[in-house]
Amino acid sequence: MDLSTINPALLVASLMVAATPILLAAIGELVVERSGVLNLGVEGMMITGAVCGFIAAVWTQNPWVGFVGAALGGAVLALLFALLTQVLLSNQVATGLALTLFGLGLSALLGQGYIGIRAPTLPRVDLGPLTDLPVVGRILFGQDPMVYLSLLIVAGVWAFLKFSRAGLVLRAVGENHGAAHALGYNVRIVRTCAIAFGGACAGLGGGYLSLVRVPQWTEGMTAGAGWIALAIVVFASWKPWRLLLGAYLFGGVTVLQLNLQAGGLAVPVEYLSMSPYLVTILVLVVMSAGRAPGSLGRTFHASS
Amino acid sequence: MTGTLLALEGLTKAYPGVVANEDVSFDIGRGEIHALLGENGAGKSTLVKTIYGLVKPDRGRMLLNGKPFEPAEPRAARAAGVAMVFQHFSLFDALTVAENIALGMEDPPKTRDLARRIREVSETYGLPLEPFRMVGDLSAGERQRVEIIRCLLQDPKLLIMDEPTSVLTPQEVKILFETLRKLSAEGTAILYISHKLEEIRALCETATILRLGRNVGTCDPRETSAREMAELMVGGTLHVPERETSEAGEILLRIEALSAPSPRAFGTALKDISLEVRRGEVLGIGGVAGNGQDELLAALSGEMRVKPGMILFEGKDVGPEGPNLRRALGLLAAPEERNGHAAAPEMSLTENAALTGTVREGLTRHGFFDWGKSRKFAQSVIERFDVRTPGPENTAMSLSGGNLQKFVIGREILQRPEVLVVNQPTWGVDASAAAAIRQALLDLAANGTAVVLISQDLDELMEISDRFAALNGGTLSPPRSARGLTVEEIGLMLGGAHDMEAAHV
Repeated sequence: MDLSTINPALLVASLMVAATPILLAAIGELVVERSGVLNLGVEGMMITGAVCGFIAAVWTQNPWVGFVGAALGGAVLALLFALLTQVLLSNQVATGLALTLFGLGLSALLGQGYIGIRAPTLPRVDLGPLTDLPVVGRILFGQDPMVYLSLLIVAGVWAFLKFSRAGLVLRAVGENHGAAHALGYNVRIVRTCAIAFGGACAGLGGGYLSLVRVPQWTEGMTAGAGWIALAIVVFASWKPWRLLLGAYLFGGVTVLQLNLQAGGLAVPVEYLSMSPYLVTILVLVVMSAGRAPGSLGRTFHASS
Repeated sequence: MTGTLLALEGLTKAYPGVVANEDVSFDIGRGEIHALLGENGAGKSTLVKTIYGLVKPDRGRMLLNGKPFEPAEPRAARAAGVAMVFQHFSLFDALTVAENIALGMEDPPKTRDLARRIREVSETYGLPLEPFRMVGDLSAGERQRVEIIRCLLQDPKLLIMDEPTSVLTPQEVKILFETLRKLSAEGTAILYISHKLEEIRALCETATILRLGRNVGTCDPRETSAREMAELMVGGTLHVPERETSEAGEILLRIEALSAPSPRAFGTALKDISLEVRRGEVLGIGGVAGNGQDELLAALSGEMRVKPGMILFEGKDVGPEGPNLRRALGLLAAPEERNGHAAAPEMSLTENAALTGTVREGLTRHGFFDWGKSRKFAQSVIERFDVRTPGPENTAMSLSGGNLQKFVIGREILQRPEVLVVNQPTWGVDASAAAAIRQALLDLAANGTAVVLISQDLDELMEISDRFAALNGGTLSPPRSARGLTVEEIGLMLGGAHDMEAAHV
């Protein structure tokens, strides 16, 4: 086989692109879970975001409007989850699974007539001489804007949870909702906001798939990325920087194994295909020492 | 004292099926230490939740400094100068001390300034506390300090304390009282909720007694005997358990150098515990909450299996065995938490009786439950232990705390245990049910069973145990004869005051 066809700089640059949808969905779900809610509907919100973003971008011929549409689509679906679990107190696991199935069906319906069309995509930034730097230029200064935005969101979530008052309240609600209620915090509102944020992030992740990564609309195009995002949140022990590591690791091994397949490595394709999952889980398990938020997945009712 | 701080006038709050408070009126003076007494379910919690803005009264009003006071939420109550130290459920294990305190403040300063103020206040009141430690790693006494300091940082005019001493050693209680007296002298009124009468007599100036949601009397606890107050609380005369002294027989249960990690996060590991329990004795094990009680019960019941040779029952090694084999031999246990641990809340009493009774009562036939027999067994527990319920088909959660506790303890007693291990058998149980449970344990011991009583209630331990040992940080002190043991000595056995010092303002 010929490993010289693999260019390390290009590999890193493309792993960032491959990891961004999962990273966006996962950072949203991280906030949701830190507030004590387990939303298993990430996959459904992602694909709804993908189709909403695609439609909005095709209609306006503007990829940015597309991303706004993707975030809104994901957030609206998430608010449905919030209504069911926070107001009507339904079971979070069952509702989340239903949300995924609903999102897959809804997106297929909305996306009829958009199959095979191309949407306007985001150009990569070009900072002239900076982008032309060897190796680092392409990685640091030659990505599309959404990659930078996703990193900003991760940093923002980290700072929000660690330093801000609202972030402290959110963690408190997730840790012990009874105590947070007793101190006078509105558990339901905090959680609803977190769920909506999680939905918007998942929607952005889906939009990135249909507008940049692929870029076109096909049914079921998320292909389990939402589930990977959920798993990465857990294995990253609910910590933003570990989550970034997990997502990039997953993206990296995915791109690498594709390159290896193309390079004709003498290993059955099935083993290569499973490698991203195995490596990501292995590394994060070895690193994991965290503890789930105390109230994760438990239904809150003010009378108890 | 100079005038009334908070006046309650005719407060009434009804929930579907129960009236929690009915026409409750009383006044709290400025700087007064006012006790609120009553049994579980007497409406104390509802009343303080009303004052703290968590519950809206149906009728009646409150006046704070003569002005109407209607807090819509705890934030409003805190802004008006009302602070509350909860009995439990109000700390966050995975957050630091400083973060926990910041959550209870309206407008917390920057973390660094807050940490400095925490150190200042904690030193002033003799409650040392490190602002950046995780709350999950603190002892129960230290956790309470977090709550108290959280309140003190807001300069409250009224401090509500809900059962503050249930988790403290006697030395810690003494220091807490010093702190409270100091606060009172500085003009802070304290509403002190408890059912420990001696404490109230030592600390409070006025006591209001609630029974079934009504104010049944106000007295000066310094001049009223504990018995009189108890009878006001219960509304009748109180039966005190009687014990017959019996000779301790042969050794039934032997624990040898038992060490085991805790199965829970933030639990306490058991360290090198050795113990012998003899036929016919009640061995009391005291200790402040979270010092290994749950772990010790789990190790004895078989929920947590331990290494061979650590637990011997009549000479037979049962350490690596699970609960069923231990039950078959006669080693039975009743854990602390009745809803969800000792009983499955949503299952009927028959089902709950069958859950622990199958092995010893033969409630199965060819591997299937014999429901007729199970029902009869549940019925006999209900009759023998005076459990107030319409019948065994009712769910466990439909019973009041005291009745369910009588059921879960009675269920084990009727299985004729050789050794019975109970954890907190009368926690949150009204005085008459508690007396009945203690009497049943004494009767059991008189009939030759070895009883291991794990409890945080020192009065209970002194009342019924023959020997006493203390759990502290997962280690067990050598047992001593319970007769003639003073509260001071017990306090030292429980680990003393955990580096607390008296207030020095």
